[in-house]
Amino acid sequence: MDPTSPDPLLQVDGLHKSFGDHLVLAGVGLAVQRGSVFSVLGPSGAGKSVFLKCLANVLRPDSGEIHFDGQLLGPSDPAGRANFQRRCSFLFQNNALFDSLTALENVALPLEQTTNLGDDEIHERSLDALRQLEIHEHASRHPGEFSGGMQKRLALARAIVTRPELVFFDEPTAGLDPLRRNAVFAMIAKYQRQIGFTALIVTHDVVEALIASDRVALLDRGRMCFEGTPGEFSASKHPVVQGFRDSSEMLGSTLAAIRDGKNPLSMSHETE
Amino acid sequence: MKFLGRQTLRIISGFGDFALFVAKSIQATIGSRKLFRRVVRAFYEQGTLCLPVIIIVGAFTGLVLGLQGYYVLNRFGSEGLLGTLVSLSLVREMAPVLAALMLVGQAGSALAAELGIQRNSEQIVALETMGVSSHGYLVTPRLIAAVIVFPLQTALFAVIGLWGGSVSGSLLLGVDSGIYWSSVERAIEAADLRECFVKAAIFGLLTISLCAYHGFNAHRCRSATGARAVSASTTRAVVHSSIAILAVDYVVTSFLV
Repeated sequence: MDPTSPDPLLQVDGLHKSFGDHLVLAGVGLAVQRGSVFSVLGPSGAGKSVFLKCLANVLRPDSGEIHFDGQLLGPSDPAGRANFQRRCSFLFQNNALFDSLTALENVALPLEQTTNLGDDEIHERSLDALRQLEIHEHASRHPGEFSGGMQKRLALARAIVTRPELVFFDEPTAGLDPLRRNAVFAMIAKYQRQIGFTALIVTHDVVEALIASDRVALLDRGRMCFEGTPGEFSASKHPVVQGFRDSSEMLGSTLAAIRDGKNPLSMSHETE
Repeated sequence: MKFLGRQTLRIISGFGDFALFVAKSIQATIGSRKLFRRVVRAFYEQGTLCLPVIIIVGAFTGLVLGLQGYYVLNRFGSEGLLGTLVSLSLVREMAPVLAALMLVGQAGSALAAELGIQRNSEQIVALETMGVSSHGYLVTPRLIAAVIVFPLQTALFAVIGLWGGSVSGSLLLGVDSGIYWSSVERAIEAADLRECFVKAAIFGLLTISLCAYHGFNAHRCRSATGARAVSASTTRAVVHSSIAILAVDYVVTSFLV
């Protein structure tokens, strides 16, 4: 996975998106290599989810170019967009599972609606996806009866059942405890290797993302201020990268200041 | 003046948006896969689940019509026309309008709330990212079912209402049962039935479209977000549908009578 390879699966250039006067993305660009795990880090409100939704065709960017497998995706090219959607999947922050359908029906839904496969094959492939994620014993249960981790696995089963080339993960560990966070990243890495899809993850979990990813980027205030390998990220002297990376140490010093009776807020103003 | 202009533009653009929504949903019929299964489910939601309310309201409407009709006709010594009064009132006006209002109250509000929650929990966006037409998957089967189920429910309402009229008129107030049913038979003509079913189908298409539209666009609610947006869109769906039924009833009646 050479990051400078001339043939990335996904190439984004100069993506702009604003809501009214509020500029969310100010010329964001990146290149995701085939078969890699790419994480986009950033604090809450940095525009990560908007960026991902622009890529996944949920939101329309104001300007910029998205190339998928060498082809430019334009708003006036519905066939190209449809082809892109067939080859990609999206795993939502809150899983977006259909609570009125069973686990099996949830997984079968994209196959039923977007392919010409017969009922038996759809059933077999859906059950296979559930088996891969080790939840096939609960195929007839509804998502509401599942734990948070199982729901995440079910959402991933639905995402991979169409055998996508690219899977977008929107904050896959949001609201989970550290153990479950690790489990979700381990699950993504495991199935990414097993199935071979390319993963683009947006997250604010630095440690887990650095371990699980081939490349990382840091989005801050609508701009990509870093892109490189996890090793380069750890060694970067970029102030935003340092601030984001060392946030836990900063918390330590803030707590120490509180214990010493100092006002941490005034300290942070002083440092600014 | 500025406010008035802005409101007028908002209403006109709302109508345009609604028309586009309906057109998209109808267009999505072409190419929507496994549509039959979802239409059957919509039949169950609008048909089976709404049977009790149609039966109860239909029965009481007939009972009251029989009662009121008897006392009015009795003043003129024309109790024999009770069947005519009950049947024409029911078939031409009350059955299509009241059945539609009941269906909006039960199936329409449930649809608006369901779609609103699906919008809030990103299920609708999830469909779109899968390359599935959210209109075709969620709205189209409901519209197809509405065009068929509303006339059927209206027919049931009218039959139960006629029976209610016979109970209060013949059983409780002593009008001869044979006279009641023969006047019913003589009163209803093919044109009345046509008017009844045309109205019912139009009400079905219109109200289910309105309820789906409000639920589908719950995220565009200006006055609230989250659960409150769902509740506001459900309320709007029921209010707009109820007004639409009465307004369209007047228009359709003036054309068909």
